Amino acid sequence: MIGTLFGVSSLLAATSGGINWHSFFFLLFALLACGLAVAVVLADNVVRMAFYLVLSLGATAGLFFLAGAEFVGAMQLMIYVGGTLVLLIFGVMLTAQEPFVAIKTPARDKVLAGIVGGGLLAVLLQAAFTGPAWSEAPADMAERTLGQVTQPSATPLGMALVGVRVDGDVASGERSPADGNVRSGYLLPFEIVSVHLLVVLVGAAYLARTKRRKAVAIARDESTTGGVR
Amino acid sequence: MNLLSDPVGVSHYLVVGAILFTTGVVCMVVKRNALGVLMGIELVLNGANVNFVAFGSPVLRGEQASILGLDGQAMALFVILLAAAEAAVALAITLNFYNNHATVDVDRADDLKG
Repeated sequence: MIGTLFGVSSLLAATSGGINWHSFFFLLFALLACGLAVAVVLADNVVRMAFYLVLSLGATAGLFFLAGAEFVGAMQLMIYVGGTLVLLIFGVMLTAQEPFVAIKTPARDKVLAGIVGGGLLAVLLQAAFTGPAWSEAPADMAERTLGQVTQPSATPLGMALVGVRVDGDVASGERSPADGNVRSGYLLPFEIVSVHLLVVLVGAAYLARTKRRKAVAIARDESTTGGVR
Repeated sequence: MNLLSDPVGVSHYLVVGAILFTTGVVCMVVKRNALGVLMGIELVLNGANVNFVAFGSPVLRGEQASILGLDGQAMALFVILLAAAEAAVALAITLNFYNNHATVDVDRADDLKG
């Protein structure tokens, strides 16, 4: 709330001086992502938590676009929001029996977690602003705009994933392969990750398969013994 | 400091990443629903992803980013893939737990308690 008020007031103040639209959209997506992440923590209903999480991850994809990583942003939308979250929502639907939709947490635990989380956040924020390597912006920051700086990152990323680096100083010849300093591609990690994903999905399907016969046997057993174990 | 007219730097992205990370950790600790714990893990991985992209971004870091090149974005892609794999396995475990115990409350998962 305070953030939006501050945003609106500084919007009014900046209309005369000209708004930096990159900063404006960064502020919009950052407020959305952080606010909805906080809403995930505060919500008790698991269906609402899933919905807030979808929106928070989508806003983070907007942040990736603004940082010039449009391929990562698109993958975030497709894999995270389109795949992982659908999986999570299926889990919510399969287990959303009435007593488990909203499981309350004791207030004592919430207070304790708030204190620990506040301490962690303070440490991380202090680190975010004190590192000399990143806390001051580059000198030509104000003149540069998004369109001048970025070239599309999908082609270099795709080439890097099959083992060829076409980006940066490899192309300009600042570092030659003779230096032993040349960057390698990501062919081996790519293969490892793809096989890992295959194994994990087969394993997940095996784990989550229905064990109908055993369940029926248990039900019959319970009906004969009157449900007493 | 005017947030709307000043250019965005790496620190701004680190703040967003820190908030996402902290909310994820708190979510993992506080939620008693197993799926809520899973959502906390997603938030933590997402916060790490924001930092990876910010440090490798040529828009935010200018010439300094050429030290990293594509590494930040490639790491972010791998993190997204591993998060998808982790979500699939964790969901399978949750469904198994639900089938065996008829609940998703992680406080009831105390069969191995001594």
